Order: sequence, then C-alpha cells, then structure tokens
Amino acid sequence: MPPLPTYILHLADNALILGHRNSEWTGHGPVLEQDIALSNIALDLIGQSRNLYQLAAERMNNLSPEKQALTEDDLAYLRDSTEFKNLVLLEQTNGDWAKTILREFYFSHFQLLQYRGLLGSRDPGLAAISEKSIKEIRYHVKWSSEWVCRLGDGTPESHSRMLNAMETLNPWLPELFVAADYEQAAIANGTAIDPSGLFKDWLNQVNQVLANATLPIYAAEKKGAFSLSGKNGFHSEHLGYILAEMQYLQRAYPGCTW
Amino acid sequence: MEKNTPSENWPLWEVFIRTRQGLDHKHAGSLHAADAQMAMENARDVYTRRNEGISIWVVESIHIHASAPDEAGSFFDPANDKVYRYPNFYNLPDELKNI
Repeated sequence: MPPLPTYILHLADNALILGHRNSEWTGHGPVLEQDIALSNIALDLIGQSRNLYQLAAERMNNLSPEKQALTEDDLAYLRDSTEFKNLVLLEQTNGDWAKTILREFYFSHFQLLQYRGLLGSRDPGLAAISEKSIKEIRYHVKWSSEWVCRLGDGTPESHSRMLNAMETLNPWLPELFVAADYEQAAIANGTAIDPSGLFKDWLNQVNQVLANATLPIYAAEKKGAFSLSGKNGFHSEHLGYILAEMQYLQRAYPGCTW
Repeated sequence: MEKNTPSENWPLWEVFIRTRQGLDHKHAGSLHAADAQMAMENARDVYTRRNEGISIWVVESIHIHASAPDEAGSFFDPANDKVYRYPNFYNLPDELKNI
C-alpha cells in the first residue's frame, strides 16, 4: 500500500477500534449520565474515524482510478485484522470502569498532542480533520483526567482498581511513541508528525494527573523481549473478536442498507 | 448488604440551559452527580447533545426554594383583580405629557 493512505488508515483504525470498545459500555454504564458520556465519546471517535476513512478512500481511489471505487464502509467493514493498523492498547478488553477510564486517559492525552501536531500537516485533508476533532478530544482529556483523579484519590477499592488497570495497560504504552515505516515515510514528506517527539509532553501531562490522583507516575517501560506492533498489523487476540462482531452484518449481508 | 449506590449518595442537581438565541437560562431537567464539576459535565453530556444550548447553570436541588402549591391561592390570586397596579391605568394630564 502506498505510504500516505496507510498513515491515515492507522489514525482511522485507532478512532474506530477505541470508539467501538467504548460503545460496548452503552446500556451498561455504572450511572446513567456516565453511560451517556461514554457513549458520546464513542460517537465522537467513530465520527472522527468516518472522516479519516473517507479521506483515505479518496486518496486510494485517486491512486488507482482503474479499480472500483472504495468507500469508508469498505475500509471499516471488509478489512481483516492483519490489515488493521490500530494501536494494540485500544483493542484491549474494557475490564472495569477504572480500566476503561485509564485507557481513555492515556490515549486522549496522546491523541490531543498528535492532532495538534497534525494541524501543520502538509496534507490539507488531515489538517482539517485534526482541527475539527481537537475540540472533541479536549473534552475527552478533561473527562477522563477528572475520573482518574476521582478513582485514584477515592476509596481504597477504587484506588486498587486503578493500580490494577495501570498494571494491565502500561505494557501497551511504548507502542504509541514508535513510528512505523509508513509513518516514517509520511513524516519525511511533511504529512505526519513523529510520535516519539510527543513522549516528553505526554509524560508530563499524564504524570501530573496521576500525581494528583495519588497514583504512581508512569516510567517508560524497559524494552521487553516481546512486544506487539498493532501499527504493522500484528495484533493481540482481541481484535479478531472485535471485528467478528463489528463486521458480521456487512459480511453476512454484503451491501446491506437500512 | 448496605445500599451504597451513587444515586443514593450523590446529591440531586437542577440544570438550566440558555440557548444560542435565548436571554435566560431555562430549566432543562435534573441529574445526580458527586460535585459541581461532574454535574456540569453530566449536564453537558445529557442536555446539550443536540446543540440545545451555549451556557449551563447547575444548582443543587436543596438550594432551590419553591412556593408551596397549596398556598398558590393566597399567594397569587389577589393580584388578579387589582388593575390600579398597572401604569396604563392612569391618565396623565396634558400638562405632564412631556415630563
């Protein structure tokens, strides 16, 4: 695949998979208002993914005008898990409220820094989508950070659940800051930004909130012998189940509409 | 087992929203939240999803004092038939026209 659309697909897949995971809470939230809040966040993310998939489809169609035109639906519903480029962090199971909050917290801080950087992208389509999405992401950052404080600096139970969540999710964080090959190519031609450059600011922001929440601050993981690269299509077992559920209808009834 | 649900521990808040074209905050509903910040965000998530408003006030319900419905008669009816309380009731003499 040519470099540029793959980077856009990576951004789109991040938003879609996390949006889908968050949407699994709909109807199951601990409190009505939080059920609605997280569903709203899921909708924001899926909306962002739509914009990005539309952009990717447009680019891919321009590159291969002789082939049948792709749509956002083709990209979302008809690719297999090895073709998805989302971060492995985002496909993890929801777990309890603490784990979901922590995942949202880690990712939204990163996404805000990333999209702010993309405002200067040479790709006007990406810059425009970033500008529109930033307002939504700022709210995700606010909402998730406040919940991290409430749970971390809450009861003994909420505190220990946050500690468990950190133990489970922290190993997936290093992937955020390592650029894939297609990402390097996009950085080189000015359309993407280098995620490794975001680490310092991300760490400061995240640790500030964790300290407020009386939680241990994050220290960069030592390079383990085993690490997955969702950005390159190497996923945990969870993505298969997510796609099986998400793509079932389109694959069982191809081309179906409401 | 002791009940410890949020709706029994968290106070109730009344939500007032001002629309883009409006001048005053209108009562939109109520919700439970642990504190003012959460109440504000919950109000934003629940009551402004469809672009209903640009400004939110939240007040703990215990701080709202309402008139008693069964006193409505003695509270409000006497004002119904006192036309002399309106400025238009009075005719100004011509000499005072330019006052």
